Amino acid sequence: MADKLKPNDLLSRINYTPPLNKWMDTPVDWKKGYYCYGAKPKNLEYIGFPHGREWNVTDQDWKLAENWKDIFLEGMENLLKKFRSFRLFMDICVRCGACADKCHFFIGTGDPKNMPVLRAELLRSIYRRYFTVAGKLGKIAGARDLTEDVFKELWYYFYQCTECRRCSVFCPYGIDTAEITMMGRELINLLGCCTDWISGPLANCYRTGNHLGLQPHTIKSNFDYMLDDLEEHTGIRVEPTFNRKGAEILFVTPSADFFAEPGVFTCMGYLLLFHQLGLDYTWSTYASEGGNFGFFTSNEMMKRLNSKIYAEAKRLGVKWILGGECGHMWRVLHQYMDTMNGPADFLEEPVSPFTGTKFENAKSTKMVHITEFTADLIKHGKLKFDPKRNDNLTVTFHDSCNTSRGMGIFEEPRYIINTVVNNFHDMPDNTIREQTFCCGSGSGLNAGEIEELRMLGGLPRANAVKYVKEKNGVNMLSCICAIDRAVLPPLIDYWVGDVAVCGVHELVGNALIMDGEKERENNLRGEPLPGMEDRGEEE
Amino acid sequence: MGMIFSLVAVILLVAIAFMGAKLNLLGLFGVAIPYLAVLVFIAGFIRKVIKWGQSPVPFHIPTTCGQQKSLPWIKHSKLDNPSSTLGVIGRMALEVLLFRSLFRNLKTDMSDGRPVYGSNKWLWLGSLAFHVTFFVVFIRHLRFFMEPVPFWVNALDAVDGFLQVGVPHLQITGVVLLAAATYLLLRRIFNPQVKYISLPADYFPLFLIIGIAVSGILMRYFTKVDIVKVKVLTMGLATFHTTVPEGIGAMFFVHLFLISVLFAYFPFSKLMHLGGVFMSPTRNLPNNSRAVRHINPWNPKVHLHTYEEYEDEFREVMKSEGIPVEKE
Repeated sequence: MADKLKPNDLLSRINYTPPLNKWMDTPVDWKKGYYCYGAKPKNLEYIGFPHGREWNVTDQDWKLAENWKDIFLEGMENLLKKFRSFRLFMDICVRCGACADKCHFFIGTGDPKNMPVLRAELLRSIYRRYFTVAGKLGKIAGARDLTEDVFKELWYYFYQCTECRRCSVFCPYGIDTAEITMMGRELINLLGCCTDWISGPLANCYRTGNHLGLQPHTIKSNFDYMLDDLEEHTGIRVEPTFNRKGAEILFVTPSADFFAEPGVFTCMGYLLLFHQLGLDYTWSTYASEGGNFGFFTSNEMMKRLNSKIYAEAKRLGVKWILGGECGHMWRVLHQYMDTMNGPADFLEEPVSPFTGTKFENAKSTKMVHITEFTADLIKHGKLKFDPKRNDNLTVTFHDSCNTSRGMGIFEEPRYIINTVVNNFHDMPDNTIREQTFCCGSGSGLNAGEIEELRMLGGLPRANAVKYVKEKNGVNMLSCICAIDRAVLPPLIDYWVGDVAVCGVHELVGNALIMDGEKERENNLRGEPLPGMEDRGEEE
Repeated sequence: MGMIFSLVAVILLVAIAFMGAKLNLLGLFGVAIPYLAVLVFIAGFIRKVIKWGQSPVPFHIPTTCGQQKSLPWIKHSKLDNPSSTLGVIGRMALEVLLFRSLFRNLKTDMSDGRPVYGSNKWLWLGSLAFHVTFFVVFIRHLRFFMEPVPFWVNALDAVDGFLQVGVPHLQITGVVLLAAATYLLLRRIFNPQVKYISLPADYFPLFLIIGIAVSGILMRYFTKVDIVKVKVLTMGLATFHTTVPEGIGAMFFVHLFLISVLFAYFPFSKLMHLGGVFMSPTRNLPNNSRAVRHINPWNPKVHLHTYEEYEDEFREVMKSEGIPVEKE
């Protein structure tokens, strides 16, 4: 896609004026680059999902079950009874339009059905038709029949929402499209119509404990590469443990952090920090995934994948759990885990072993965010830094959707960054914190086949990065999310250029002064530190 | 099409009321329909709220709009991201009384090939004006249903007529209500995005409320219905000793009929946001889900992939990598 369409061509297509014909009369324009591939039967079968089959999104016939309509409507009735949010959000929208231009997919594509209100109306029209009295009147009451084309339309647009909740911030009733998309996807999964990009990680995670399907020996060898690099940079051999019983803390992070760049540099940051502290902790190969693609599928699948974290903490006998940098992982841990798989009465209320700080805000789940942990260490003077090692960087910070609008972690990462970096500039106010823009690839949408959609969805974020690049010379975009680390580099390359992406703990790892380290010449990426550029040649 | 349909519907309702008055069906339009409408309103409202209440809140999902409460030295945003019940009450008060979320509204435009986000408070101002004046007008009307009229209703009346223009004194809320409702309507007609999403159910209540405001203003300042006789009728309704005096004037029956329709329509429409806003789980929960366990009453039993199954599959490679196992 990126080869065919230049950024300016894509930009010139954006038009916020809706077409003349009514939305109900406008069929889906199945544009290549805007829809994912369908789930393969073997993945669905592995996790026990129904109606797995060979099918193709572009085929006229989706090979839906004979009684698909009954399954859908019964499923909908069931969800309306289980979720107050769903029933309420179906009933109370006044279509004021405040949400309309808040969605990054609308801003990027101009497709009116990407206005959050209309995305919800796609399903609301079904709700009215089958679950309200007035809806029997049909179109005049905003209702329509559920047909195969309508189902396909729901599918198309519920996989063009990243569940980022930005619309929910602006809605006067807090109507949350993420919630509606989740319900839509629950229904889609009743009919076996998950996407390939989501169902693959689901099956992997269920079997191997992580989305990437890394088996224990692969995890181990990935760590060995990182440890070799760290030894080269610092002269210190870090020796993490795996599945170790009796450790004080279990550490869980997204598997992407020990799989590929630039996530691995963040992971190297964790490793250095924990080594310097002498933290009594262990990794787990069974609970080797913080992320949870079940969250993008169904509440039951989310629970099944998430259960491994508490189960492993219990088996290993740790006191509490520390979690790495990730967005949706933390929404699940913060707002769902204790409810689904708690109570964690086999763990202790988390206390920092170095500062004695009680993490009161995590006293029930017993799980602490790494930026809370590190910010507390810094505040108590437990760490020494040389921020000059990051002086080649002018850094900005991307607030991840889930940690922003599902938790409210804003100051912790900024406090850490401002300690370990000398040059920090925030992006404009309307694009950060609770108003932050999505990377455009969250909620299971980081599939290669929808690159064009992802570039457009990420436009508002990239545009704000471009602003601080031009104004402040920003060349590093930091974040606390593994999906961000995977998808922001191509996004920024496409729209902005010459801005790299890193996790906050990569910056920590660079600046951290460690006992017994050699004079550092390189940062964690193996690039020469500022002032060390000529060192290689001298030797 | 939706707009025309709704406009025609309201015009028809006005015509029906006129006909009723002309045909002297005063018992029907002055007593039976208003009673029925209020009954439908109360029963429908309660039914809807119970329906919402019957669906549980399985997960703790507040939308956080400020810094969380975490470490003691980090400044916590107590109202936009409350951690306690008191904070939630504050957040809800801001939301319900001042429309906090709408106050954040922005407008996105493309400028030089880049999206820009400008401040846009018109919707906030228009809706706040609409709701506040509607509420004041509603309270003012209590003087028709109480004898003696409580001092606070009289006081509100006096404040509302502070301009002291015309006879009777012009009440500012009626005018602002009409202006704000008109703004909300024009927005639906001229803002292409809002027009695109608008349904008949969006235009109908606006036309209805505009009809109520216009008929009210007409009979107060222009056609001048007999206010004493109106009070006899309304007090009859309030005390269940109904009487319908002759010669009130047709405009009153138009006003009363449109209000009756609004009451009866209310529980089946989006107007239920009045009750719904209080029950929204993204706003009315404190952000304390890691400190206090939230219970899901239907927490499902699910199939799990246990550690034992995992070790059974990977025991050999785990052992070869020196990773501890349960069974050698």
